[in-house]
This record gives sequence, structure tokens and C-alpha cells, in this order.
Amino acid sequence: MESDNGNSIYAKFANGEPVLRVSGLKKSFGTHVVLDGFDLVLTKGENIAVLGRSGSGKSVLIRCLVRLTESDEGIINMLGLDVPDLGQDALDKLRAEIGFLFQSSALYDSMTVRENLEFPLRRHSKHLTQAEKDQMVQEALDNVGLSDTADLMPSELSGGMRKRIGIARTMIMNPGIMLYDEPTTGLDPVTGRGIGKLMLEMKKKYNTSSIIISHDMGCVKQTADRIVVLVNGRCRALGTYAELEKSEDPDVHSFFE
Amino acid sequence: MLINKTGEINHMYRERYRLLLPNTMTKRPSIFKQWFEETGNLSAFAGRYLRDSLRPPYDFGELLRQAFEVGYRSLGLVAITAFIMGLVITIQSRPTLVEFGAESWLPAMVSVSLVREIVPVVTALICAGRVGSGIGAELGSMKVTEQIDAMEVSGTNPFKYLVVSRITAATLMLPILVVIADAVSLWGAYIGVNIKGVVSYDLYVRQVFDTLEYSDVVPSIIKCVFFGFAIGLIGCFKGYTTTKGTEGVGMAANAAVVVSSLVVFIIDLLAAQITDLLNLN
Ligand SMILES: Nc1ncnc2c1ncn2[C@@H]1O[C@H](COP(=O)(O)OP(=O)(O)OP(=O)(O)O)[C@@H](O)[C@H]1O
Ligand SMILES: [Mg+2]
Repeated sequence: MESDNGNSIYAKFANGEPVLRVSGLKKSFGTHVVLDGFDLVLTKGENIAVLGRSGSGKSVLIRCLVRLTESDEGIINMLGLDVPDLGQDALDKLRAEIGFLFQSSALYDSMTVRENLEFPLRRHSKHLTQAEKDQMVQEALDNVGLSDTADLMPSELSGGMRKRIGIARTMIMNPGIMLYDEPTTGLDPVTGRGIGKLMLEMKKKYNTSSIIISHDMGCVKQTADRIVVLVNGRCRALGTYAELEKSEDPDVHSFFE
Repeated sequence: MLINKTGEINHMYRERYRLLLPNTMTKRPSIFKQWFEETGNLSAFAGRYLRDSLRPPYDFGELLRQAFEVGYRSLGLVAITAFIMGLVITIQSRPTLVEFGAESWLPAMVSVSLVREIVPVVTALICAGRVGSGIGAELGSMKVTEQIDAMEVSGTNPFKYLVVSRITAATLMLPILVVIADAVSLWGAYIGVNIKGVVSYDLYVRQVFDTLEYSDVVPSIIKCVFFGFAIGLIGCFKGYTTTKGTEGVGMAANAAVVVSSLVVFIIDLLAAQITDLLNLN
């Protein structure tokens, strides 16, 4: 099965075709240069992990991809669209094809878990009945192993539970492209592996493509087809886990020790 | 020498005459520039509100929720304050009128000052405190915890969902609150009148309604529409543009109250001038 709604832009791309192309991406905050000519190509059906030290600009990178942060310079082409030039309506339409997991989970405090998960649904899928929505919510909660939390408020959840609800909320729309900011940070190893497995299942089932930011090498090894290492705002190395593990470059090698 | 050879103002004179010189000549960090920037941003924000509020789809569910939040939740506080205002103004006005032998004018005089001025402004200030700070803090904390970003990236227009609903709710609810507060304050005034004198309920009501004219009531309610809009707008603006983490949330709530209270008085002043010009009194 392809991505769930047939009229999505993502579904029109063939396997292995690039769905995201980034080139020469630059972003500074005042005089502080964060991204300094970053390049990346993500093909359909592929998971790419981004490694980088804390503060190296990983979160800024994926925020630029969806225009939560405006980039200064460079090309971002997602699903054939030039992201920096899109108008609001076109941008909203593109964003509907993208799942974004925030590093901080960013659950809506004033809503229950159920309302959190329904929020993206009721915006985009007005044709869904309440029963269908309920079922999708339940399925998403089952996926992250939190079936009986639907009526709790986010403040009643632990950090790891919030993260998992965040993942459920990201996945519920079955978006084509997933951007995960540290999906397993703050989870115990068993749950972390469960999340990794879930990410792989999503990929297999819906043929999603993902960018995964993570410090958890277990998760990276489990989920990523290729890895980029972000150093000084540029792509320092790109390759499979096995390739980079053998790298001589100390900046790259240090992640694999 | 006031001006030295290079054309600059002598340092000593510059310090001494700082207040007399234009801002650019004294090289003070420009508060004016900040003020203009802030005002420009606020205007752009208001413009976006006007544009987005007219464009479908409309989110009536959220609007109702916010109207409940702004209106119903403020009702108790507003009613108590209005009652006390009515009572106190009456008690305070009596001695002066008694001195002139015009005690029978008490209901008429008090009702006009309550309906035209006191109740609208006091209600607006209470709402600036309660609603303005609430909106500022709520949106501010949503901003710094990336909840607004999360809405944005899920393809929902958070401006529409959060801001348009709140500003519209405040604009609609404030006049309604004021009408209720007017009624409650007149009831307070009735009790005030009867503390030392005896005026029957029928007589009181007749006196009040003989005095009050449309030109007293209508402008005061129109004024409240602007009060409500200003309170909602400023609360949302301060919250929605919060930066600097948790500290910024406090600052946003604080600034929302201070600025909207000030703006309430400015609007009140303008409204008084306009009604005067139009000869509505
Ligand atoms: N809004 C902002 N204003 C100014 N500087 C910012 C802003 N956002 C990020 N930065 C700076 O950009 C740099 C990269 O931040 P980013 O959040 O992308 O790091 P990261 O790689 O995700 O780190 P971590 O692994 O700790 O999450 C940091 O040095 C940070 O100070
Ligand atoms: Mg980060």
C-alpha cells in the first residue's frame, strides 16, 4: 500500500526517486553561523540519520526544511516544490505530507491525549466520521504502547510517555516524509527499540522516507539506511553505518566509539 | 562652543541640553525607534487578523469556547465590581447634591455617569487584567514550548485557530459584559439611593430611563467593541510574539496588561472627543 490518501503528492513519486533535495543551505543567527552550505538528498523509501554534536544545528536543519525557521540561502526542494518560495496555501498543503516530531514533543497542554491526536486529523480529513477517528487514535496509541492514556492530560504523562504520544501524533496522518528530532531520547532501551521497530514498520507499510536525528547509536543502526554527519554546518561524511564506522576522520569516528 | 570644529555638538553641552536636543543628536538608545517598530508590528498583526478573520473556514467551536472563557468566566468579577461601583458612586455623590438641594437628581446623575463612563472603563480594565494577561501567558507559553510551531507544521493555521478566535471573542463579549454590568451597577445605585432616602423601585426606574438616552448608551457600547478588540489584540500580539523562554512568558503577560490598560484609556479619550464632535450629547 502506498501512502494512505491517493491524491497525495508523495504517492506520485516512484521508489528511489529523490523526494527531498537540499543544497548549499545556509542559516545564521546574527553572527553565529549554524548551517554553512549543507547538502543532502533523500530518496523515496529511505531513512537517513543525522548525527552531530549538541548545538551543531540538527534541529535548525529540519526546522528549515518545513519553514518553521526561514533559511538564509540555498535550495530546499521537497516533493518537487521549492520550499523557500512557497505561498502559505501551498506550504500548508506540502506540510500535510510531512510528519514532524519535535525534540520537546510539543504536545498541546490544554488538550487531552485524544484531542492531541485528533487535532491534525480534523484539520485535514474532514470526511472522516467520529468512529473512524476513534479507531485511528486507538491504533496510533496501540502502536506506541499507550492504549489507555487517551483521556489523560499531557501534564499527567512522564517525559518518555509524552515523547511516545508525540510520535503517535506525528504518525497518525500517515505522512510520506517523516522528520524525527531525537525520537528515542529519554526512553528506556526496551521502549526505544520498540519505537525503532515501529519506525521501520511505518516505512515498510507506507513506504515513508525519514530523516532521523538521534544520539542513540542503537536506534541509528536499527533504523537508518544511510547516515550524514553534520560538522561545522556542513555535511562532513555520508554513508552506511558500516562505512562510517570504519572512517578515519576523528569527527566522524567519535560517534561510533 | 556649542558646535565644535567637526560639526558635532560639544560633549558638555550635549549632556546639559540633552532634553532639548532632538533624539538623533544626543545618541541615546532610541526608545522611539523601538516604539515605532512595535507599533508597526502590532498594526501588521491587526491587519493579518482582519484578513484571516474574513477568510473561511471559520472555527465556530473554538470561538464559542473562547467566548465562554472571556465572557462567562469574567462575569462574576465584572458583576461584583459593577455593583460596588454603582453603590459607592451613589453614596459619594449624595452629599454634594444635598448641599444644592438637588437630592432628587441623584438617580439621574449617577446613572448617566455610570453608563457613559465608569462601568465601561472599569469593566474594560478588569478584562485587560484578567483576559489580557490570560491570553498573553497562554499563547506565550504555547509559543516557547513549540506548540504553535507544532500546529503550524501540521498544516493548521495557528493564527486563525488561536488568535482570530480570541480577538473575535473579546470583541464580541466585552459589549455584552458591559450591558450586564450596566444593569448590575444601576441596581447597586438603587440600593445606594435607598440607604439614606426612600425612592420606590418604580420611581427609580422611571427616573433612570427618563434620563438615559440612546446617545448615552449607544456610544458607550460602541466604545466597548473597541476596548474588547484592543484587549484581545494586544494580549494575542504579546503572547504570539514571545521570545526568550519562560521569562518571556511572564513579560508577555505583564506587557499585555500594561499596554492594553493604557490603550483602553486612550480609546476612551478618543471616544469622548468623537462623541463631542458629533454633538451626540
Ligand atoms: N531561535 C534561535 N535564535 C538564536 N540562536 C539559535 C536559535 N535556534 C537555534 N540557535 C542556535 O543554533 C545552534 C544549533 O541549535 P540546534 O537546536 O539546531 O542544535 P542541535 O544540533 O539540535 O542540538 P541538540 O542535539 O542539543 O538538540 C545553537 O548553537 C543555538 O544556539
Ligand atoms: Mg536539537
